Amino acid sequence: MNVRLYVWQRATAALMAPLVLIHIAVIFYATRQGLSAADILSRTRGSIAWASYYGIFVAAASIHAAIGVRNVLTEWSPLTDRRAGRFAAVFGLLLFVLGLRAVAALVL
Amino acid sequence: MPETPPQISVSLWRGGEAGRYETYSVPRRASQTVLDVVTYVQRHLDPTLSYRFACRVGMCGSCAMTVNGRPRWTCRTLVAKVASAGRLEIGPLENLPVIKDLTTDMQPFFEKWQQAKGAFAPSRTRADAMARIRPESPARIAADAAIECINCGVCYAACDTVRWNSEYLGPAALNRAWTLVNDERDGANTARLAAVAASGGCHSCHSHQSCQEHCPLSLNPTAAIAGLKRRTAAAYLNGELKI
Repeated sequence: MNVRLYVWQRATAALMAPLVLIHIAVIFYATRQGLSAADILSRTRGSIAWASYYGIFVAAASIHAAIGVRNVLTEWSPLTDRRAGRFAAVFGLLLFVLGLRAVAALVL
Repeated sequence: MPETPPQISVSLWRGGEAGRYETYSVPRRASQTVLDVVTYVQRHLDPTLSYRFACRVGMCGSCAMTVNGRPRWTCRTLVAKVASAGRLEIGPLENLPVIKDLTTDMQPFFEKWQQAKGAFAPSRTRADAMARIRPESPARIAADAAIECINCGVCYAACDTVRWNSEYLGPAALNRAWTLVNDERDGANTARLAAVAASGGCHSCHSHQSCQEHCPLSLNPTAAIAGLKRRTAAAYLNGELKI
């Protein structure tokens, strides 16, 4: 971990803190109101706001988790820093793609 | 007939990395320190025992060992405090190569001091006027809080991150860097911040606080490292640090 990765990890954590709270609030709202999948999709389809909200969430989570996985690998596996960095980058990219796919299913 | 003094059972690490514990019986005395016990073994039971000490009064930082599982300075640790069950197990410090018996190779520890730019770099010459430092200034208070380190290596031996990451500079070196970052007279802080902001520097710390818990002088290297994290992050965001 160097200062660049540290700043990115802390910045994405700070960004995600309110996003997580909103996400949990939305879950509570949807379940308490008994919204069906169709109800939810009718609200999110075509919504730039929801696409932006979850798109930013996915990007932040992918960066944050990739840096964390890199740290775990450098401390707990025999991988070199460079290899751990590459593995973590692929992992972050995978999270990003899978996350965007889920967002697309929600808003398109 | 003279009465036999009470004895204490002491297991000492013998050999190098692949050694084993051997048990000795040592007379129990009032106000006896762990270093007294080790010295008794070497002088009366086995002169081949290797260990390191110098001042015996908690100033030189050379007698640290692992005592009943915890890193401690042995010259200021009373047997009565740590051997309530009448047993002592004394080994070399963790996280450092073992030379022999209770003696570790401190070279990696001091090399990391160098890497962290732990040497004072004067910004004035002897021809200049003496710097006037206000003792109540926040920078001087921060420097004073961390400056009494005696390099005993206890924090280094107690640190989980050092155990997991051989690159990590460790609490003592970073604590030292923090005192110099706050020393208005020092002229090498750009290089020092770059050194502690690189891979293996202050950002590797997980803030487990074992260093603070075990420091025999009750210093708080975790707080010093947190200070370095803030200072380097600010310097990086201001464009003063290139990583």
